[in-house]
Amino acid sequence: MATIRFTLNGKPQTVDVAPEMPLLWVLRDTLGLTGTKFGCGMAICGACTVHVNGQSTRACSVQANYIAGKNVVTIEGLSADGTHPVQRAWIEKDVPQCGYCQSGQIMGAAAMLAKNSKPSDADIDEVMKFHICRCGTYQDIRAAIHRAAELQAKGGVG
Amino acid sequence: MNASRRGFLKSTSAGAAGLLLGFYLPERSELAAQTAATGTPAKVNAWVRIGTDDSVTLMIHKSEMGQGTVTSLSQLLAEELECDWKKVRTEFPPIDPAFGLQGVFGSQSIRSGWMPLRTAGAQARDLLVRAAADRWAIDKAECHAANGVISNTVNASKLTFGQVAEAASKLTPSANVPLKTPAQYKLIGKSMPRLDTKDKVTGATKFGIDVRVPGMVYAAVARCPVFGGKVVSFDATKAKAIAGVKDAVQISNGVAVIADNTWAAFAGAKALEIKWDEGPNAVFNSGAIRKSFTEQTMQPGASARKVGNGAIGLNTAAKKIDALYEAPFLAHAPMEPLNCVAHVRADGCDVWASTQMQTGIAGLAAQITGLPPNKITIHTQYLGGGFGRRAGTDYAGEALEIAKAIKVPVKVTWSREHDIQNGNYRPASVTRFAGGLDADGWPLVLTANIACPPMGGGGSFGGGRGGGVDSTSVEGIADLRYSIPHMQVDYHSVTGGVPTTYWRAVGYTQNTFFGESFVDELAVAGGKDPVEVRRRLLASTPRLLGVLNLAAEKAGWGKPLPAGHHHGVAVVNNIGSFTAQVAEVSVTAGKLKVHKVVCATDCGQVVNPAIVEQQIRSAIVFGLSAALKGELTIDGGRVQQSNFHQYDVARMDETPAVEVHIVPSTEAPGGMGEAGVPTIAPAICNAIFAATGKRVRRLPISATSLA
Repeated sequence: MATIRFTLNGKPQTVDVAPEMPLLWVLRDTLGLTGTKFGCGMAICGACTVHVNGQSTRACSVQANYIAGKNVVTIEGLSADGTHPVQRAWIEKDVPQCGYCQSGQIMGAAAMLAKNSKPSDADIDEVMKFHICRCGTYQDIRAAIHRAAELQAKGGVG
Repeated sequence: MNASRRGFLKSTSAGAAGLLLGFYLPERSELAAQTAATGTPAKVNAWVRIGTDDSVTLMIHKSEMGQGTVTSLSQLLAEELECDWKKVRTEFPPIDPAFGLQGVFGSQSIRSGWMPLRTAGAQARDLLVRAAADRWAIDKAECHAANGVISNTVNASKLTFGQVAEAASKLTPSANVPLKTPAQYKLIGKSMPRLDTKDKVTGATKFGIDVRVPGMVYAAVARCPVFGGKVVSFDATKAKAIAGVKDAVQISNGVAVIADNTWAAFAGAKALEIKWDEGPNAVFNSGAIRKSFTEQTMQPGASARKVGNGAIGLNTAAKKIDALYEAPFLAHAPMEPLNCVAHVRADGCDVWASTQMQTGIAGLAAQITGLPPNKITIHTQYLGGGFGRRAGTDYAGEALEIAKAIKVPVKVTWSREHDIQNGNYRPASVTRFAGGLDADGWPLVLTANIACPPMGGGGSFGGGRGGGVDSTSVEGIADLRYSIPHMQVDYHSVTGGVPTTYWRAVGYTQNTFFGESFVDELAVAGGKDPVEVRRRLLASTPRLLGVLNLAAEKAGWGKPLPAGHHHGVAVVNNIGSFTAQVAEVSVTAGKLKVHKVVCATDCGQVVNPAIVEQQIRSAIVFGLSAALKGELTIDGGRVQQSNFHQYDVARMDETPAVEVHIVPSTEAPGGMGEAGVPTIAPAICNAIFAATGKRVRRLPISATSLA
């Protein structure tokens, strides 16, 4: 066991876990933050995507000791009340079906928009093709990302 | 409700501190505070609860797995209830005989709910109106309910639903409350935004895998890699050496490792040393399965359909063709891996599950625990996809067995590898066609000989078996709607040593690919246009003809396309709906691109058009995964693929633009979840033929069929 200190959704957090325990299970089982989803366990599906120091990161495939001292943001911390431009665009376009992959999709999209404020369809595909949705919401996601870019350009107000 | 009204309610119920907090609390906490303040809402009837604060809670007796039941079933109830849509909340109720069978499969939710839910809404409104009429001592005909408020038409006074709900709940329901005419609809037919969206974009939605119960432990199960294999003995020494692992327990399906987190449970299950009796299924492999299925199709089978006489048709045909079609085993691979939480005590049993089969789990729980049905509570959670896999109960059975053994609440989680390798599957199948044309090149005869494992083995369903025919294995061919003078369909029940079950659209998933491809072959052999042939053969099936014509028109069938682009078409009548798709593809240097799909659907009266369109887009991507990539292979009775790196699915960059056209209709609602799946593979493959002259007869579409 190891004591690991990091920043989680803007607040200091300490956990005592096996250092090789994946961040996904630290979040879900140790801390009870279940918005981050388990899908494949080998960084292929994107369901567990979180931000580590602002980078889109697959929580199933980074160990607890990797996040020591780092800044982790999960879907629960993306905004206080679901008003991040990506979340607002998702609501406007009614994107989710079953919704299970959407936390990861939203975190992936938010990280992309932070770097590329006006992505093309090809830019979006290049990032989002690594997120699986079995309900097939891909076209809706792409439309929502374009809308989120507009909302973001207006400072998140629109 | 605006913020000041919320604040007012809180100030009257919880004091001035509540008022101050009320403006700043997030909505969820406010709602919780209100519920606490106003007590238990009145149960007006099985489906409707109304609080004194006018909150409306509707019971959703079907599961939400993305198909929109929470929203569309609420629309059916609220339409007749005349409540304020903005105040609607939903819950998944426990098992109650009032709801009939609680489970979702066969695209049944709207179809089976259409009458009962509107009736339940109307009856609840009638009770509320009568309670108001009693209060005012006037006739109920002098009352009018709209938007959650009952108006007294004599003196213009008003009562809210919340003010009369308690009194209404004590009245006897009227038997015959008239339902609205379509012209009176306010919600049905409208694209109401989904009620479940907000929680799904904040991570708040609780799926089965998210359930946490006080004192809960975590489990993972090591199952025999060969289907039906049994544990002979096991050694858990290495598993128990892993930090967090507590114990190992043998259950009927394998060995469960109990741990204090999911990750340790997974690691523990991998570290178990188990001696298996692999049983008789260890002999199977994909090559032998294909060979044996193919050989079966050369023999006469059980008759699934006979129109005219196939042999006479073939003997008199001016031109004959034949073809052998094949489809592989497929996993459902919902994004939420299977899981279940169970707590078995001497005095009762609770099960928390993201399931398509609540009623089945309740029965299984009674059987495993020996408890009477009234001591068993099923807590339905949101499903992270189902596609038929969650219509089984195996995942719940494991959790119940473990919970019974360890006596504390336990969550069993399947890894993705467990999901891919220890599942129930869409069966592999082989169909041999022979067909012929008359002297003018029109189809005269179509015979099909189907070898397909019945979709009951290992799953929850027996399928309809009459005269040796598993109806689900032949649907899509035996019920082809084409008027062809001679049609004969035979069926062989075969096995590949692999448990099979329903997969979104069931038999149509492979049989519509087979049938609609072969009909295309007949059209081409007769030198005819594929749409023209279908039009002629569907003259007596107007709804299918209607969607064919609409899809062809909207896609510009027969009109010039961009250079290198080609069209293919397919139609299907399944789950009470009629659907046609035209796919536009190009094949460049051996690479397939599906550019666009135009879909026309006639699903009767539509409850929520936006959700219908969502379901079509969803179904097309689901079918696309199978067409392009889906294949499980068997060796030594084992599934050889283990995770998405070997069982890949369609991704965003492969998804075509989809255009949906809904036929206006006054017919009874058809199903929608499965309507769009069957036609995408044949529409694409028929377009590939138009592009390359090569006929794809085996899925997934291989590189060699595009070269």
